[in-house]
Amino acid sequence: MSQKPFLRIDNIRKRFGPIVASDGVSLEIEEGEIHSLLGENGAGKSVLMSMICGMVRPDEGEIVFKGQSERFNSPREAIRQRIGMVHQHFMLVPNLTVAENYVLGQGSALRIINDMDKVHARIRELSDRYALDVRPGAIIEDLSVGEQQRVEILKVLFHGIDLLILDEPTAVLTPQETDRLLALMGDLVKDGKTVVFISHKLDEVMRVSNRISVMRDGRVVHTVNVGETNARALAHMMVGRDVRMELPRSPEPPGRVVLSVENLTCRAETGLPAVRGVSLNVRSGEIVGIAGVSGNGQTELSLALSGLLPVDGGRVMLSGKDITGLDPARINASSFSHIPEDRHKHGIVASLSLSENTILQRYDQKPFASRGMLNRRVIGEHTRDLIKRFRVKSRDEDQAIGSLSGGNQQKLVVARELARNPDFILVNQLARGIDIGAMEFVMEEMLKQRDNGRAILLISTELEELFAICDRILVMFHGEILGELPPDRTRLDELGLLMAGQTEQPALVG
Amino acid sequence: MDDMMFLTFLATLAGAAWRLATPLIFASIGEVFSERAGVLNIGLEGTMLVGAFCGFAAAFATGSVPLGLLAGIAGGMLFGLLFAFFTITIKADQIVVGAALNLLGMGLTAFLFRTYYVSTGKGIEIAQPVHIPFLSDIPFLGEAFFRQNLIVYSTVLVAILASLVLFRTSFGLTLRAVGEHPKAVDVAGRNVAAYRYGAVMVGTGLAGLGGAFLTLGHSNQFVEGITSGRGFIVLAVVVFARWSPIGAFFVSLLFGLFYALQLMLQAQASIIVPYQVLQALPYIMTIITLVVLRGKGAAPSKLGQPYEMR
Repeated sequence: MSQKPFLRIDNIRKRFGPIVASDGVSLEIEEGEIHSLLGENGAGKSVLMSMICGMVRPDEGEIVFKGQSERFNSPREAIRQRIGMVHQHFMLVPNLTVAENYVLGQGSALRIINDMDKVHARIRELSDRYALDVRPGAIIEDLSVGEQQRVEILKVLFHGIDLLILDEPTAVLTPQETDRLLALMGDLVKDGKTVVFISHKLDEVMRVSNRISVMRDGRVVHTVNVGETNARALAHMMVGRDVRMELPRSPEPPGRVVLSVENLTCRAETGLPAVRGVSLNVRSGEIVGIAGVSGNGQTELSLALSGLLPVDGGRVMLSGKDITGLDPARINASSFSHIPEDRHKHGIVASLSLSENTILQRYDQKPFASRGMLNRRVIGEHTRDLIKRFRVKSRDEDQAIGSLSGGNQQKLVVARELARNPDFILVNQLARGIDIGAMEFVMEEMLKQRDNGRAILLISTELEELFAICDRILVMFHGEILGELPPDRTRLDELGLLMAGQTEQPALVG
Repeated sequence: MDDMMFLTFLATLAGAAWRLATPLIFASIGEVFSERAGVLNIGLEGTMLVGAFCGFAAAFATGSVPLGLLAGIAGGMLFGLLFAFFTITIKADQIVVGAALNLLGMGLTAFLFRTYYVSTGKGIEIAQPVHIPFLSDIPFLGEAFFRQNLIVYSTVLVAILASLVLFRTSFGLTLRAVGEHPKAVDVAGRNVAAYRYGAVMVGTGLAGLGGAFLTLGHSNQFVEGITSGRGFIVLAVVVFARWSPIGAFFVSLLFGLFYALQLMLQAQASIIVPYQVLQALPYIMTIITLVVLRGKGAAPSKLGQPYEMR
């Protein structure tokens, strides 16, 4: 270690009302390293980094960057000192072009924008240098999430930085995109930049970092060199207890067919065919996984099954009853639970309380309501029970769900859907935004449901999630089911090829 | 009607349409700025009334139309400052504040007018038409487009200028971003509140100008409620125009056409439709516009939402 660290954070404290987000954090980042910040949701990683990049001002403590004590009042000042951050929620204006987003807020307000060609050229140059594939004239809202993230990273590079902070960048990426991002981080370090990588994914952190700092409850509890630790030890540091990486499951054979999908076709919102003749069965007591690179029709499949997208052809039977093309309310009432991919759009109403969110589908049913009046006492009790059982971190059941962290919102959605005692559970991205401690718990809950004879269809882009709990894995590509594999990690290559659309593999299991 | 008469009718109609569209053009372009920055100012009716009154009062006192126009702009902006303070600084609901300002504008102008001017019964000198050499002599077209007063001509300039500012300057880019993703602007180091104040000032200044035109370029009097709902029609114009200044110019012209049509048809004795139906034409069009274009994208995504920095 050199005498003067590149970035030194000394005893930073920050509270938001009654919540202590940073409880005396100290951390040192060396020049030219990839330093991972690992921790569960709510451990204070993002807040800490927001203070370094000028988004949030610390209440106490000191930030020393390149030997100089800094107190940034805005992200602009941080960028001037060559510190840039890529946020979890992108700071891109959706209806502007990439280049317009880059010049946003730059220079005098009265300047007439006439040198966009130069900006475009500069973007192309940087994009080529780091193989980012960013088109300067593209409109942000036309880009996929992965592309938008590359646009964000390039934006920070465009402004010129020495320290790049990436906040949970892989949460929204496919495995391929993740690989690409991790490689990019290596390239940036080769170019003399320093990277802080915020994540709660152990494998990624182990793959890419030089050093890892683990945060818990607003403090850095450990900083270790990557060579001196392993995933299990890191998980222990994060959660403060041992985490089981392999989940036990009962060997019971599956029972009757609960969900049967025959030749289902539907179109995406854009009008293009998205699901092209999907047939599958899910039996009671089994978890069937659907793997695939995102954008291969998984979203539309789950929306069509749950009644949120019109069905063009085919049939969906649930416990022998035809539910094809019914409206969501009637599908919901047919013992069908749905843990949606887009929580904010289909899972919760952010401005309503936890209580109100837990009864979204059942607000007019007993015991939550009688004679047209809500029974607040019963609803409150029910919600408190779910909060306790699923360890949802919240003040009380009357708090707006939008003010919880993503992981805690997801836990409440899972809790609500399981509490309805469904025959069939459709899950799209089970662990989205959930940290490792909660993930283990949620997966165990899923396995419990399986052992209780529920039929579960788990659509996921996280292969680990699929391997951990599925009984068999279907691979979806271009709107079709290309093949099926057992959840066997040794056959990862086969799975990868199927995900890339290659079916000429002889080893396909029928 | 023979052909010549019909052509004359059309020329008169077109000229009147532009004149009647002028207050709408100013106010709707202003509102485009405001809404592009995410601020929905439904208080335009009140703001235009204040502009109309201030313009009238200043011209009454000085006899000068330009000073009257400036007073109209200033009055509108002062009223806008009130709106901006409550909605941006205090973060009150934009609809509620807008509605309150409409009532304030109506009451205040009526009160002041009755107190100081109604007994005088005098009108003011208004802007006179300027005949553009040669062009105004073109048959029919000259009558329609080149015998207007300077305020009417200036609408073209304002529309072009507004479009350039909004789409070709750094200010315009940031302003549009403020309405879509204010946090991105905040992160880029610009003051979101300042931009919203700016947008509201542009908006209410132009609304004040639109109001002042009613007393200084059209009628020569202030009348209580002289705007007769134009501030609300402007809101529909902006939706119809898809939040574009050039679009606002042309959509305003269309609404101007309805105003002109109902005025001229009323004068035609041969029309048997009751004149009230004709009078309702612009308003009916407003409702149809809003219903037909309801929910069709293009609206700034943070329209009407206060911005909370954390």
